[in-house]
Amino acid sequence: MPRINSPAELEAFRKDIISKRDPDKPCIAVCTGTGCLALGAAHVVTALKEEVKKQGLKTKVDVRETGCPGFCERGPLLVIYPEEICYLQMQPGDAQEIVSQTIVAKKVIDRLLYVVPSTDKDEKIVQESEIPFYKNQMRNLIGNNIKIDPKSIDDYLAVGGYSALAKALCQETPEQLVNLVKSSNLRGRGGAGFPAGIKWEFARKSADKTKYVIVNADEGDPGAFMDRALLEGNPHSVLEGLTIGAYAIGSHEGYIYVRQEYPLAVENAGIAIKQAEEYGFLGKNILGSGFDFTIKMHQGAGAFVCGEETALLMSLEGKPGEPRPRPPYPAVKGLWGKPTNINNVETWANIPLIINNGPDFLTSIGTEGSKGTKIFSLVGKVNNTGLVEVPMGITLRDIIYKVGGGIPEGKKFKAVQTGGPSGGCIPEEHLDIKVDFDELAKVGAIMGSGGMIVMDEDTCMVDVARYFLDFLSDESCGKCSPCREGIRQMLKILTNISEGKGREGDIELLEELAEATGDASLCALGRTAPNPVLSTIRYFRDEYEAHIKEKRCPAYVCKELISYYIDPDKCKACMICLRKCPAQAIIGGKNQIHVIDQEKCTKCGTCFEVCPDRFGAVTRLSGEPVPSPIPEEARIIAGKSKKDE
Amino acid sequence: MANKKVSTAAMGSSKIDKIIAKYQGNAGSLIQVLLEIQSENRWLPREALDKVSKKLKVPLNRIQHIVTFYKAFSLVPKGRHEVHVCTGTACHVRGAPRLLDSVQDLIGIRPGETDLDLKFSLETVNCLGCCALGPVMVVDGEYHGKMAPAKSEEVLKSYE
Repeated sequence: MPRINSPAELEAFRKDIISKRDPDKPCIAVCTGTGCLALGAAHVVTALKEEVKKQGLKTKVDVRETGCPGFCERGPLLVIYPEEICYLQMQPGDAQEIVSQTIVAKKVIDRLLYVVPSTDKDEKIVQESEIPFYKNQMRNLIGNNIKIDPKSIDDYLAVGGYSALAKALCQETPEQLVNLVKSSNLRGRGGAGFPAGIKWEFARKSADKTKYVIVNADEGDPGAFMDRALLEGNPHSVLEGLTIGAYAIGSHEGYIYVRQEYPLAVENAGIAIKQAEEYGFLGKNILGSGFDFTIKMHQGAGAFVCGEETALLMSLEGKPGEPRPRPPYPAVKGLWGKPTNINNVETWANIPLIINNGPDFLTSIGTEGSKGTKIFSLVGKVNNTGLVEVPMGITLRDIIYKVGGGIPEGKKFKAVQTGGPSGGCIPEEHLDIKVDFDELAKVGAIMGSGGMIVMDEDTCMVDVARYFLDFLSDESCGKCSPCREGIRQMLKILTNISEGKGREGDIELLEELAEATGDASLCALGRTAPNPVLSTIRYFRDEYEAHIKEKRCPAYVCKELISYYIDPDKCKACMICLRKCPAQAIIGGKNQIHVIDQEKCTKCGTCFEVCPDRFGAVTRLSGEPVPSPIPEEARIIAGKSKKDE
Repeated sequence: MANKKVSTAAMGSSKIDKIIAKYQGNAGSLIQVLLEIQSENRWLPREALDKVSKKLKVPLNRIQHIVTFYKAFSLVPKGRHEVHVCTGTACHVRGAPRLLDSVQDLIGIRPGETDLDLKFSLETVNCLGCCALGPVMVVDGEYHGKMAPAKSEEVLKSYE
């Protein structure tokens, strides 16, 4: 590939790529992000490619493997261009029909379309952008994911890629760039929400020849995968943002710190760095501007705390990821003691948009204090699990119901957890608050990096708090005692409560410990660790009290507090639960009412799940004794049913 | 993920040399070197750590600190099949704890352990990022979604 030496050459090269592409040539874009791959997208791609070849259309149809557009719930999915037909839940067996019907005969295949739920007639939607899940989003950052092959730099160039870099390097001074980002009011997307422009300014003003810029892609919150989708689906946008930032700050060496648990992101980012070097977007004298910059990738080795910037720096230096006190902030003393600017993946990906479209592009969207869009991973008990990008200021209710399609199986909404292990649970009464950095903090949660876990009536809030504390006690690095001991003690109390060993005064003790841990811990991990506890106590105190006083788990989750019981009047002795019970804890036989041996029962819930709805014989009990089993001679039900006679 | 052969012996020292050479013997690359050895060999034998210590001139106790601090490293051999149960938040609210309980009962080991026949190793992972499939179990890189305790038995039985 020829090296591109100037903005003019870049534009000529881009024109050349676009002119060689026929916009009317059918293109089947299949999502091959991690979610769809887990659902079998690779087989779909192979089947499509084979089919295209078989029907002699190899030169007439493109099959493109793209990044994640976000609708994981209905994967594997694909979009056929130029008509933008969206097919969901694909199987390799559908390939033949897609090629012969949709590509050749231009007919839409009804059964693969999105069906609008809960309408009388089966209303179907053909175009991707018309599906409610997408329609209510604003996809500035992830919108390109389905349009480009993340392994192809030409695809990125075809959608305007690296034009912001050319503009920044050749038309703006570093000071202008810092001011541009400052006036866009871009706040860091990693969790803390610190203004990116101000951070850049600190690093720019630090008087040292050697400076570093870093992409924090150590996305550790369980249930969050926004950054992965960006780095995996559109890696060049992150590289472009980082390079612009490096130029603005005066750095010539950048790092991408990515978790090794994201193999596809590591692969795609690695390919992107190589391609950018070949094209001259990285290396010496980038686009003839005289600016030199290289990027190296560093894989995290599995430690949640390394998402904290000072711990990340330790890890980059090859040491255990233990945070250190701030100040000095990394902008003054960072990697190897040099000024360092660390931003999250999503923050960096915003930079090219700001440079290309001006700061108003961001400031025109959002609320007073939070501008632009934010990507959330909407997961848990919600119909449309996936990645959603929405304007700041949208309500939680709109995200969960309009985009997310509400709660499955007609269950009742209980809470939404935002911000991962540092965040809090927000109940129904606050669903109409506007989602931004400040509003979420007011109700005891945080926006965090963008995890959003929806919980329904079957979720126990004590168990959720215990879950997060368990996670955090495992991930606490142990360096400072308030975090190490505080979390451990809170976890101990929560575990006791969920096991029915809770005592009067435990809630107050939890609150006291939470305050001490939050005030005295060294880094954000410990300082925010009390949030899951405090927010669940604040909104769901009655659940805590039920566990402590009545030894009852209202959501039937805490194993020690629940029992499964087969109602002898309803049991039809169908043998289903008896056969499926992994613990062989069900006694009975054909025509013999089944009884659960409470001693053997592991409370896995299999019997409750498999008992046919029309019988509904298996019930859950909590806070009440299990009725003693009926005597063996009364268990025979032959004669009761006419069929058996 | 390829199903690599299990080797309980230390990997060839030439391979370790190659990996170290790739990072130009730079002590700052310690974690990257160890990660590559881990991925190549699936665990870190004492001999390998000694070698890394000598070549990178990093004391063994610091290496020990690193390999016990980060979760990616294993100091014991892994079984033929690696079972990962996702315990991310989305999977948790969808019933991952019950799934994990039954997997533990079925293969008789707890997370972080390998059975005596070296057949299964069990790990929990914090989030695999395919929350739409939750609860998820991954065996040798193959995803099994929407798992239930009863279903996990069928899946695990299919591995020899």
